[in-house]
Amino acid sequence: MVYLIARRLALGLLVAFTVMTLAFMLTRLSGDLAISIAGPAATQADVEIVRKAYGLDRPLYIQFFTWVGRAMIGDFGQSYFFKDSVANLIGRRLPITLTLGLVGLSLALIISIPLGILAALRENTWIDRGVTMFTMVGQAIPSFWFALILMIVLGLHFGVLPISGTGTWQHFVMPGIVLAFTAIPALTRLTRSGMIEAMASDYIRTARAKGLSRARIVLKHALRNAAIPVVSIAAVQLGFMLGGSIVIETVFALHGVGYLGWESIAKNDFPVVQAVVLVLAAIYIGLTLLADILNALLDPRLRTG
Amino acid sequence: MSEPIAIHVPLTTSRVGVAGFTIGIAIVAFIAVVALVGNQLLPQDPFIQDLGNRLKPPFWMEGSQPGHLLGTDQLGRDYLARLAYGARISLLIGIMTVITSGLIGITLGVLGGFFGGRVDDAVLFAITTRLSIPVVLVALAVVGLMGSGLGLVVATLGLLLWDRFAVVARATTMQIRSLDYVNAARCAGASTPHLLIREILPNIASHLAVVATLEMALAILLEAALSFLGLGVPPPLPSWGLMIAEGKDYMFFSPWVIMVPGVSLFVLVLGINLVGDGLRNLLGSERLR
Amino acid sequence: MSALLEIEDLAVVFGGRSAAVRGASLRVEKGETHCLVGESGCGKSVTALAIMNLLARGGHRSAKRMSFASTDLLSLSDRDMARIRGNRISMIFQEPMTSLNPAFTVGSQMAEVLTRHKGGSRAAALGRSVELMGRVGITAPEMRLGQFPHQLSGGLRQRVMIAMALMCDPELLVADEPTTALDVTVQAQILRLLATLKRELGLAILLITHDLGIVARVADRVSVMYAGEVVERAPTAELFRAPQHPYTRGLLSCVPVPGRVRRDRPLGSIPGVVPAIGPGFAGCAFRSRCSHADETCGRAIPRRQAGAAHDYLCRLEPEFTELQPA
Repeated sequence: MVYLIARRLALGLLVAFTVMTLAFMLTRLSGDLAISIAGPAATQADVEIVRKAYGLDRPLYIQFFTWVGRAMIGDFGQSYFFKDSVANLIGRRLPITLTLGLVGLSLALIISIPLGILAALRENTWIDRGVTMFTMVGQAIPSFWFALILMIVLGLHFGVLPISGTGTWQHFVMPGIVLAFTAIPALTRLTRSGMIEAMASDYIRTARAKGLSRARIVLKHALRNAAIPVVSIAAVQLGFMLGGSIVIETVFALHGVGYLGWESIAKNDFPVVQAVVLVLAAIYIGLTLLADILNALLDPRLRTG
Repeated sequence: MSEPIAIHVPLTTSRVGVAGFTIGIAIVAFIAVVALVGNQLLPQDPFIQDLGNRLKPPFWMEGSQPGHLLGTDQLGRDYLARLAYGARISLLIGIMTVITSGLIGITLGVLGGFFGGRVDDAVLFAITTRLSIPVVLVALAVVGLMGSGLGLVVATLGLLLWDRFAVVARATTMQIRSLDYVNAARCAGASTPHLLIREILPNIASHLAVVATLEMALAILLEAALSFLGLGVPPPLPSWGLMIAEGKDYMFFSPWVIMVPGVSLFVLVLGINLVGDGLRNLLGSERLR
Repeated sequence: MSALLEIEDLAVVFGGRSAAVRGASLRVEKGETHCLVGESGCGKSVTALAIMNLLARGGHRSAKRMSFASTDLLSLSDRDMARIRGNRISMIFQEPMTSLNPAFTVGSQMAEVLTRHKGGSRAAALGRSVELMGRVGITAPEMRLGQFPHQLSGGLRQRVMIAMALMCDPELLVADEPTTALDVTVQAQILRLLATLKRELGLAILLITHDLGIVARVADRVSVMYAGEVVERAPTAELFRAPQHPYTRGLLSCVPVPGRVRRDRPLGSIPGVVPAIGPGFAGCAFRSRCSHADETCGRAIPRRQAGAAHDYLCRLEPEFTELQPA
């Protein structure tokens, strides 16, 4: 098991390095960075000064490895526009994004798992079809539009929740709901199919032959097996949520890492852009590793011989 | 060589399942027709501004203007005409992205699944790396740094959304590769390209069709999000996402400004998903998701 | 003396259309090993599931009578039946590889049967699990408690299933082809085990099988099933010595007996195939393959006696000539 984790970790580092390369190349896409930083009113001399100051006159590979080297110890450089180090910026914003992600995932699980179980137990009835329709609607709704609708309904008409900013836990409710709906369709479907398969299995027939109560059969014997893929997919979904939080954070003006990414793109703040891409990718890689570990922990067949 | 042998078993032919599929096809067909000929048939031009007639409501509300069935936007442009044009943009982006990402993903997946070994390792590595990248952020960054444009959006999304194609192509190829008729063809001296094109591709095509519909829906939603954030299709092109963004400032007083394009997006994506689900049920590719 | 399990005219229908069981009647006495034998698809497994009320979705059972000890099984709610399952009637199945939950330890799966029906502490239940595992011949039972099913071989898993079935001291064990999926040597061990349990615990066993060899070895009495009906019932020795129903005779003549098989003759077989039984089928299901069939076989078939405990469904009179190989 340890060997497995070590291998996955090594793979993850390799992926992270590749992402770093891509992120670095990404910011060099627009051509000469010095010109963008110096601004439209700069003269040639100004541009040269900027170029020297930001180390942009050195060969590309040196710039890259300098960045990689510093990034490994957490130094992502200075932001071009915020008067702060990139690491600090991200550090301040990350808890908000993580909170949002966890709120979204929790809501998603609270809704998906019971719905999936219900649909599986009432397979091919109107309840099942209702749940399927619900997931289809959730999958088709554009998240930013859903966010706006919630703002109008819950924020304006009923006035129950604040529509932007951070500050209290209420600020995370609407964004959390919108984020949850990006994962609910997949998680519900997965729970449903897993439960259907589990309930049709031989060991459930044995459980019934043992005279166990229906609740115990469904919630202990069946769910335990059906939940294995759901848990690991949930971890991956969290990764997607964190990566895709940029839209929701921007709509709700939640000052998280995604919003930071958005702001820095708008301002051509390249060190921040690079770092945000890297941090989000690293979190995703970590979560997939966690998913594998959870899988191994939950499924005895993967643990021992 | 041989005719491709189907590896499907229809999962459901339930009436509700077929109904869903039919509704989906109807929706997509309707929007496709609107996209193709809508603006030719409608009297108003989607780009002409009329600042004296700004933000007129649609016909079911009072204060509406004759000649503007769905009202006008904040620059006095006819909403219905813009909506019809937006259909064209959404479908165009959806199809072009799917073609691009499909080509990339299917090639990678088939090669990895067929050859195995190092090639497969490389393909898996590419997929894992792609999955780690925060797609929306990178797409925004590309457009932000290189300027908006329809072609750029398509290229970016195409280069980013190939993962599911690759995963499904790889899995199905691996399944088929070991089947007897492929080995038989190989023993008969078939060359590798022949094997790939004549034996493998036709048999994985239906599974990939399902993926194509889902990816198309995803591409449309993603483009809408990019345009909503101002880094997608450039104005004055009326992408539905952009229309929602433009209407955001007025949504508390004139909610229909965001409702109309939003509902259109929702209906289109729902339709495509219904088609995809229907295809999946008919072709029995449930197990390969 | 009333039987432990008494079934009269059981019928099981799936989806309102196909009748898997059309008229099965059988009795299992206390402490008796009763074999329900027939070929694949004759409805014997469905009969067992119907007794336990474990039919798959879409299956409906009906019977003139189905009682266990003094309880009418037909009128019990599922909840009440659940109190009997695993407690007074236990069932083991054919595929030991998939019949245990892979996510829980052997110990916890065994213990939960006892705590469910008889209460008590988990520790006590685990203790009893160890005792029973030893009883069924599992080595190092304390170690097995913490093991997972995938760590055990097929034979071991089936022993665990048997031990698990005995946790609450049931009066009846329904065993649906318990040895079919196992190696022949393991098969012999399991059968020996069942015989021992019957002797030591006075356990009644309803053993479902298609293997006449097993019937000969362990059964006290036999019910022969064909196309959804029990066509003959008899004590084992008598069935083998004087089978009455043409199907039973055909079955037995198919079995090659060393010393009696003649080299120049083909092995016995029953011509034809099992017919598809649609709704509204009347008369004997075997008549399309029977050399003695006439037009009365298309109507109601009488149940004839060929001995005190031996009856069969056929128009033919009992006959006691020595059975000849085909």
